[in-house]
Amino acid sequence: MIRALLFLLFLAPPPDSTEVLTESVVTAFRQPEKIIPAQTLQGEQLEKLNALSVADAIRYFSGVQIKDYGGIGGLKTINVRSMGTQHVGVFYDGIQLGNAQNGQIDLGKYSLENMESVTLYNGQKSTSVQSAKDYASASAVYLQTRTPVFSGKRRTNLKATLAGGSFGTINPSVLWEQKLGSSVSSSFNAEFLYTTGKYKFTYRKRDGYDTTAVRQNGDVRALRIEEGLFGRIPDGQWRLKFYFYDSERGYPGAFVREEPGKFRHEDRQWDTDFFTQGSFYKKWGKYRLNASFKYAYDYLHYLSDPRLDVSTMYVDNHYRQQEAYLSLAQSYDLFKWWDVDLAADWQYNTLDADLVNFVYPSRNTLLAALSTSLRWSRLKLQGSVLYTFVGDHAREAGAAAEKRNEWTPTAVLQFIPFRDKNFSLRAFYKRIFRMPTLNDLYYTFIGNKYLKPEFTTQYNVGLTWDKHWTRGIFKKLNTSLDVYYNEVENKIIATPASNQFQWTMVNLGLVRIRGIDAAVSTSLALGPVSADLRLTYTFQKAQDFTDPESPWYGGQIPYIPWHSGSFTAGLDYGRWHLNYSFIYTGERYESVANIPENYAQPWYTSDLSLSRSFALGGHELRGTLEVNNIFNQQYEVVQCYPMPGTNFRLILSFLL
Amino acid sequence: MKKILLFLILLTALAACRTIDPITPSDPTDVGGGDAGDIAGFFLLNEGNMGSNKCTLDYYDYATGIYHKNIYAERNPGVVQELGDVGNDLAIYGSKLWAVVNCSNLVEVMDAATARHIGQVSIPNCRYIVFKDRYAYVSSYAGPVEVDPNCRLGYVARIDTATLQVVDTCVVGYQPEEMVIAGDKLYVANSGGYRVPDYDHTVSVIDLASFKETQKIDVAPNLHRMELDAYGKIWVSSRGDYYDIQPMTFIIDTKIDAVVEQMDLLACSDMTLCGDSLYVYSNAWSYFTQTSDVNYAIVDVKTHQVVTRHFITDGTETWFQNPYGIAVNPNTHEIFVTDARDYITPGKVYCYSPEGRLKWSANTGDIPSRIVFTKQSLR
Repeated sequence: MIRALLFLLFLAPPPDSTEVLTESVVTAFRQPEKIIPAQTLQGEQLEKLNALSVADAIRYFSGVQIKDYGGIGGLKTINVRSMGTQHVGVFYDGIQLGNAQNGQIDLGKYSLENMESVTLYNGQKSTSVQSAKDYASASAVYLQTRTPVFSGKRRTNLKATLAGGSFGTINPSVLWEQKLGSSVSSSFNAEFLYTTGKYKFTYRKRDGYDTTAVRQNGDVRALRIEEGLFGRIPDGQWRLKFYFYDSERGYPGAFVREEPGKFRHEDRQWDTDFFTQGSFYKKWGKYRLNASFKYAYDYLHYLSDPRLDVSTMYVDNHYRQQEAYLSLAQSYDLFKWWDVDLAADWQYNTLDADLVNFVYPSRNTLLAALSTSLRWSRLKLQGSVLYTFVGDHAREAGAAAEKRNEWTPTAVLQFIPFRDKNFSLRAFYKRIFRMPTLNDLYYTFIGNKYLKPEFTTQYNVGLTWDKHWTRGIFKKLNTSLDVYYNEVENKIIATPASNQFQWTMVNLGLVRIRGIDAAVSTSLALGPVSADLRLTYTFQKAQDFTDPESPWYGGQIPYIPWHSGSFTAGLDYGRWHLNYSFIYTGERYESVANIPENYAQPWYTSDLSLSRSFALGGHELRGTLEVNNIFNQQYEVVQCYPMPGTNFRLILSFLL
Repeated sequence: MKKILLFLILLTALAACRTIDPITPSDPTDVGGGDAGDIAGFFLLNEGNMGSNKCTLDYYDYATGIYHKNIYAERNPGVVQELGDVGNDLAIYGSKLWAVVNCSNLVEVMDAATARHIGQVSIPNCRYIVFKDRYAYVSSYAGPVEVDPNCRLGYVARIDTATLQVVDTCVVGYQPEEMVIAGDKLYVANSGGYRVPDYDHTVSVIDLASFKETQKIDVAPNLHRMELDAYGKIWVSSRGDYYDIQPMTFIIDTKIDAVVEQMDLLACSDMTLCGDSLYVYSNAWSYFTQTSDVNYAIVDVKTHQVVTRHFITDGTETWFQNPYGIAVNPNTHEIFVTDARDYITPGKVYCYSPEGRLKWSANTGDIPSRIVFTKQSLR
C-alpha cells in the first residue's frame, strides 16, 4: 500500500571552464560567448569521473542537489538552487526530454557512455538561434552526445567497452561511427546494463542497535540503442536521431522496521521509451535558422502484486505518454553588435493510463520567445520575453484545467569593468513558471484541476576571473562566484485531504532561497605530470515561508544542506591517469521542521580511479579501475533509502 | 602534489571522525498537571508519514504535568529502527501496551509500566486491535489471494497474549478496519478501500467460540470506525466515497445483528465514548469541492440525539489544520483532540476542559492519532 501510494504520488563554458560559454549544441559552429552562469563537464573530464550516469556527473556542479534513492536503479533527480526538480529542463542533443506526467526526469537512466558534454545553465542558455523551450525553464541541463570526428583518412571509428563490478553489474557497450560520404556520417551506439542492485548497508545508533542488511529488489536490466545521422551543408548542418530504451527494474522501497527477511518487496517497473528527433541549421548572411522536431512515446508499467509480496496492495497500472514537438528559431544580425531572435515552438502531449475515473488528458503548449542581444567590447546585454499558452483537454467535459497565458521576462548583463579582460561581472534576472504536471492536475483522487502555475523568480550577480599562463607550473586558473536570491511562489505541494491515504495537490508553498555558488579550477604542469583540480562550494539558505502560523515558518526546506561542495583532482602521467573525486553534503533536515528527529548528518564520499591506455598494433586498449566511497561511509541521501558503501568498477575499452 | 597528499590525509581524518547518529532523546514539556483519579496519564501514538519510519510514542503524566515527546527510542535503544513505519492503533490490555504498526507489518508489544519492548507479532498490513480473555484480535488487509489479486479479502488474526503467537485467522471482508467485541461476537468494519470504486459495505460478524465468520451485515460503503455503547448498539462510521455518497454514521443492534438507524447528518472521522456521550469529530473530504468539512459533535447514545455540534466552545477549533484523533478522560471528562497539521511536520495535542475550553497543548510527533489512558505511571 505504502510503496504503491508513494509511487502514485511521485510518479511519478567551453572546454574545461565553468564560466566562458560557447554553444555546445551546434558544436560545429562556435557561437558568440554568452554570459549566463554555466558549468560544463566534457570529453575526457567526463570520462575520468567515476560516473556511470549523468546524475553521478552532475553532483560535481555547484548549486545542485541530486535526490538519489540509492543504487544504480534508484531514482535520481536534479534540483538546481533549491527551486525543485520540475523547474529543471533536461535537453538531449538540444531538444527537451519531456515527462508531462510528473515533470521529472530520472537522470540515472541516461548513460555517460556516449556523452560528450553535460552542461548546467542557471536561468537559461543564451546562444542565438535557440528554441523557445530553451527559455522556458528556471535552469537547464544539456546532455550532448558524441558527434563523430574522423581523424585523417579514417572512415570508421569503433569502440567496444565492457564494464562490470560491484552489485553484480555487467555493462557492455559498442560505439560504431561511420563516414557515409563527404558530408554525412552515422553513429550507432548500443549499451546493455544489468545489475542485481544488491549491496550491504548498516544502520547504527550510538549505544544502540547496529544492524546490517542487504538491499533487495534493486535489480535493473536496461538496453539502450541510439542511431544518429549527421550531415553538413554549406553554412549549416542537420541531425537526425533515433533513441530506444527498454528497462525492467525493482523498487527497493524505503528501509523501515520490519521482521527481518520476512517480506519480499517485489514492486516492479518496466519502461519502454522511444523518440526520434531532428534539427536543421543554416546561415544565410545575417540570418540564421534552426528548425527541429521530435516525436516521443513513453510506456511505463508498474506492478505491485500481493501474490509476490503479502504486505502490498494490488496495483497494475500502464501509462502511455506521447509527445509531438516542432520548433522554428530564427536570428537576424541588425548590426555586428546587435541581433534579434524569434523562436516559436509547439508541443502536444497525451497521457493514457488505466486508472479508475481517469480523464485522459492531453495538452497543447505554444511558446514564442523574442530575444535580443547587444554586444560591445565591455558590455553585453540580453533581454528576452517568453509567451506561453497552455490548453488542456480532458475526455470528460469540465475536467480540464483552465487555459493559461503567461508572459515571462529575462534580462542578462555582462560587464568588463577593468582593462584586465580576465575579470568580468555578470547578472541576470529571470521569471519563469512550471505548469502543474498532468499528475498534479488529473491524477485520480490526488489531482486538482484548479492548480495555478508555480512561479520562480531569480536574481543573480556574479563575477569571474580567468587567467592563462604560458610559463610556470600554473597553466590556467578559472574562478567564479555567484550570489543569488530565488523565490518560488504558488509552490505545488501534496497536502493531506483527511487521512494518510488521501492527498491532494495545492498551490501553497512560498520558498525563498539565498545562495552562493563558487568554483575554482586550475591546470598545472610539473614536468611530465599534468594535473587538473576543480573545487566547488555551495551555500544555500532555502526557507519555507508558506504559513506564518506554522511553528516551522522560516525552516530550511527538506534535504537542502546549508553547505555542500565537491573537489576533483586528475593527474596525468604518460599513459597513466589518476582521478580523485570528493563530494560533501553538509548537515540538513529531512523535514521543514528543523528538529533533532529530522536531522541528517553530513555525508562525504571519496572516489578514486586509475586508468592506463595500451597501444595494441595501431589500436588502443584502455583499462580503468574505480573504487567508489573508499571510506565505506554509510549514508542516506533520501530518508530510509540507504546508499552503497565501498564499491568497485572495472572498465575495459577497445578502440579500433 | 604535497598539497594534494595533505588534502587526502585530511579527508581520511575527516572520514574517520564522522560520528554515529545518537538516539534521539525524549523531549519533555511542562503543560501543567492535575488530579485524574486512578488515571495516571496517557500514551499517544504518532503515525509518522509513510516510508519515513517515524512512528513515535509520547507520554503525558498527570502527577508531574509533563508531556514527554518521543519516549520509545531512548527506552529501547536495542530495537532496530525504533517503533517503525506508520503506527495505526494503540491499546493497553492487562500490563501490556500494544502498538499496531501498519507499514512495519507488526504489532509491537511493550510493558505498559515502562514502555519497554517485550516482543512483536508480525502481521502483514495490520490495522487495529481489540482484546477478549486471553486473546488479542488484529484486523489485517492481507488475506489470501484467490484468483483475482484485486479481490483480496482481509482477515482477523487471533493472537495469544501470553505467547505472542498468531493462533488462528478468520477471513472477513475487504480491507477490514476497526472492530468491537460484544458478548461472544466480534464485529469488524470492512472498508474495501483498495477496491475503489467498489467499496465494501458490510460488517462481518465472527463467532468467537468457533472463530468463524457467521454473517455479513450490509451497512454502507467504506466503513471504518466502531464504538460499542452500553445498550448493545454498535456505532459504525461510513466514509462515503468522497464524491456523491456522504459520510455518515450507522447504528447496529447486536441483539438482531442489523442496522437499526442511520444518522444522515453525523459524519464521523473518529469517535470515542464516555458514559452515554459519544464524542465525534469529522473531517469530511469532498473531491467535488476540494475542501474538508470539519465538525465536532456530542451524541447521546441513549436518545440518539445530537447534544451539541460544538464541543469546543472557546473558538480554538479554528486553530486545527487536520483534526486526527480524539479521546476523553473517563474520570475528568477532559477532551483531547490531536491535530496532524500538514502530516509532514510535528502535530499537536490539545487538552480541553469538559466545557470545551482549552487547558493546554503540546507538540507531538508527526501525525498524532491514538490516545490511550493508563492507570500506572510510567517508570
